[in-house]
Amino acid sequence: MRLHTKTAYGFIGPYLLIFVAFWAWPIIYSFYLSFLSTRRAPWSFNPTMTWGRLTQDPAFYNALKNTLTILAIQVPIMIALACILAVLLNSSLLRARGIMRFAFFAPVVIGEAAYAAVFRLMFNAEFGIVNKALGSIGIGKIDWFANPTAAMALIILAVTWRWVGYNAIIILAGLQSIPKDVYEAAILDAVTPRQQFLYITLPLLKPVIVFCLVLSTIGSMQLFAEPFLITNVGGPGGATETLGLLLYKQAFLNLNFGYASAIAYTIAALALIISALNLWVSRGDDA
Amino acid sequence: MILKNKAMLRRSLLLHAVIVPLAMLWLIPIWLMFIFATLGDSAIFSPQVRLLPGSEFFENFRRLQEDLDFVRTVFVSFVVALVYTVASVVLTSMAGWAIAIYRFRGKWAVLGLILGTLTLPYFVVVIPQFIMVARDFGLSNTWFALIIPPLFNSLGVLFMRQAFATMPKDLFDAARVEGVTEWQIFRYVAMPLAKPMLAALSIILFLHSWNNYLWPLLISNDKTMMTAPVALGSLFGLMDVSWGGVMVGATLMTAPMLLVFVFLQRFFLTGITAGAVK
Repeated sequence: MRLHTKTAYGFIGPYLLIFVAFWAWPIIYSFYLSFLSTRRAPWSFNPTMTWGRLTQDPAFYNALKNTLTILAIQVPIMIALACILAVLLNSSLLRARGIMRFAFFAPVVIGEAAYAAVFRLMFNAEFGIVNKALGSIGIGKIDWFANPTAAMALIILAVTWRWVGYNAIIILAGLQSIPKDVYEAAILDAVTPRQQFLYITLPLLKPVIVFCLVLSTIGSMQLFAEPFLITNVGGPGGATETLGLLLYKQAFLNLNFGYASAIAYTIAALALIISALNLWVSRGDDA
Repeated sequence: MILKNKAMLRRSLLLHAVIVPLAMLWLIPIWLMFIFATLGDSAIFSPQVRLLPGSEFFENFRRLQEDLDFVRTVFVSFVVALVYTVASVVLTSMAGWAIAIYRFRGKWAVLGLILGTLTLPYFVVVIPQFIMVARDFGLSNTWFALIIPPLFNSLGVLFMRQAFATMPKDLFDAARVEGVTEWQIFRYVAMPLAKPMLAALSIILFLHSWNNYLWPLLISNDKTMMTAPVALGSLFGLMDVSWGGVMVGATLMTAPMLLVFVFLQRFFLTGITAGAVK
């Protein structure tokens, strides 16, 4: 095959132009920014005001703790639920398949602002349907927006509602790509359905599940819109303030771009490390 | 045989005993969104549980228009999503074609860069994007700012590369022998063949732009250039706001996407699973 360098760059050029202007350059520039004190003009090289500040800012540790808490609780629950849903939705015994798929997949197309609005009303302490339902089974009123633990639970519930179907779609596609004869062989060997799931389905699905874990990890590290819109910009009192929200406040409310860039690179580094950890741990079980 | 049927029946009952309540739980927020859009605020904030529609939809819509010009924001969102989708599909198709078809210098570097950004958090680029567009260019509240900076996406390139790579090469070679230019082969042979993939990609990109929140929030705060999600979100913290109106806004943003999902489910699912299953 001949080299077609000129023709190829003719096709890929416009795309690369956008890439360089709005991604490659910003990636480099924000790294540079993370060493600048930007509290007042002119900006000056002063990493103690950015990376140094990071190590002793209680707001940063609070946001880090909140983000990791959400990650550690929400992601495993959601992925487990997505696996179960995918298996159930794949069952040949399932009736009303269309409605079932709609129920779990529809949240994927709903924007954050729209679902945040509904969740705010549903979890309203006085008149929300959730507290009414809990009240009817004898559980007292929970103030979802004033109680720090409840607010955290609300964010976790909301994110799980929105994203479980997305993961279930991916896992379901993985399930359907497993050849049928594997199961036929299993039935001949009198393998029970539970054994089938544990020893055939799950191991074959592992790459897809790990993919979902990595995607969800990166997503959770960037959580912004939910605590911004549902719990009133990270309320109550910063109880649901995530790293993404802290970055937003520092960059776009305080216009402290240097410190915000340091937070951005911290988010990127953590996302990378935790994703790599996911991959490493899941490779470990293979032996 | 009877035993087997009994076992099947038991499994079927168990399956539905788990999935039906769960599905109903998942449908409640969507159902309530529509119901709240038809109820006045006194009915939304009342001790009763209301699960059936009322008749206040148009009154709520009027209130929403009073709080903000929602029709205008939907128009802005729609134009942005449409232009963004067309532009992004064209750019990523061309790039995907180049990577799928040609051998060229720097190919692996380009591919490596594209793959590298897949896992990179958006926060790493958003601050310089903002400084550049809002401060250096002074382009806040413009169509350019809403459409161009978000254009880059790596998923589309990988998706279209896959689409073109699986097409029979003989087809393109036959055209080359006839003296057809590379651009014409791309435009008149490859692109028409890629229609299902283009549809899937377009749906995903349109949805992404339609629901995009952070960038429009930063770059467009003028009432005439706000997108619908940002406008809707701006009402949440206010004291004297019609929540029935907010729900009308949420419904108007959501219902078209739900229809797209129901009627074009096949393309939609292809788009989502493209990244995962190879």
